[in-house]
Amino acid sequence: MLETEPTINRTIDARGSFCPGPLMELIRGIREAQVGDVLAVLSSDKGSKVDIPKWIEKAGHRLIAVEALEGYDRILVEKAR
Amino acid sequence: MDEPINLVLFSGTDDKLQAAAVLTAGAAALGKPVNVFLQYWALDAFRAERIDRDHGLAPEAGAEGKGHVDALRTAGQASWAETLRQAKDLGSVDIQACSLSMDLLGIEESDLDPLVDGVEGVTAFYLNAGEGQVVFI
Repeated sequence: MLETEPTINRTIDARGSFCPGPLMELIRGIREAQVGDVLAVLSSDKGSKVDIPKWIEKAGHRLIAVEALEGYDRILVEKAR
Repeated sequence: MDEPINLVLFSGTDDKLQAAAVLTAGAAALGKPVNVFLQYWALDAFRAERIDRDHGLAPEAGAEGKGHVDALRTAGQASWAETLRQAKDLGSVDIQACSLSMDLLGIEESDLDPLVDGVEGVTAFYLNAGEGQVVFI
């Protein structure tokens, strides 16, 4: 858990969506966001906590946190470019 | 510019088409261009009036495998056609029908789902593939 919760501009609830659905929803969300916006993705797909951080790095954004919650993961990312 | 990933789809069962759609979407998400070449039974599954039908599973699925696939579908897994639509929205995905298979199956371009961008021969497919990997599914 993060000590201080950043301001989240948008939460994408992709729980129940299967691989690679959550990542595709995040990419759409990032496209629509402004640089500096923080997005949270909720995913129950087990691949997301590995795939999404890797995509964030490759795409040049900033991974803030990956949190394991009850039955799903929450991934926070800042649009960096 | 990344070399494209090139998928030759031959099988027309829902499990193989689903796997191909996921591979396509993943590559598109990474900004890799994807060329999809449709042959034989895969091409048949892309007919506009058949694309949303049940196309069955590969024989090795068996009854148990079918149970697992059906459960994921019931849980709301996007169909392979929907996953391909999303992949096209996300990145550069070009889907071409093999002209020989079109003749073989007696399919006209107007019979195909709008997901299919055009019809080409195998030479054009290889030229577009460049140095990128070719995967046969």
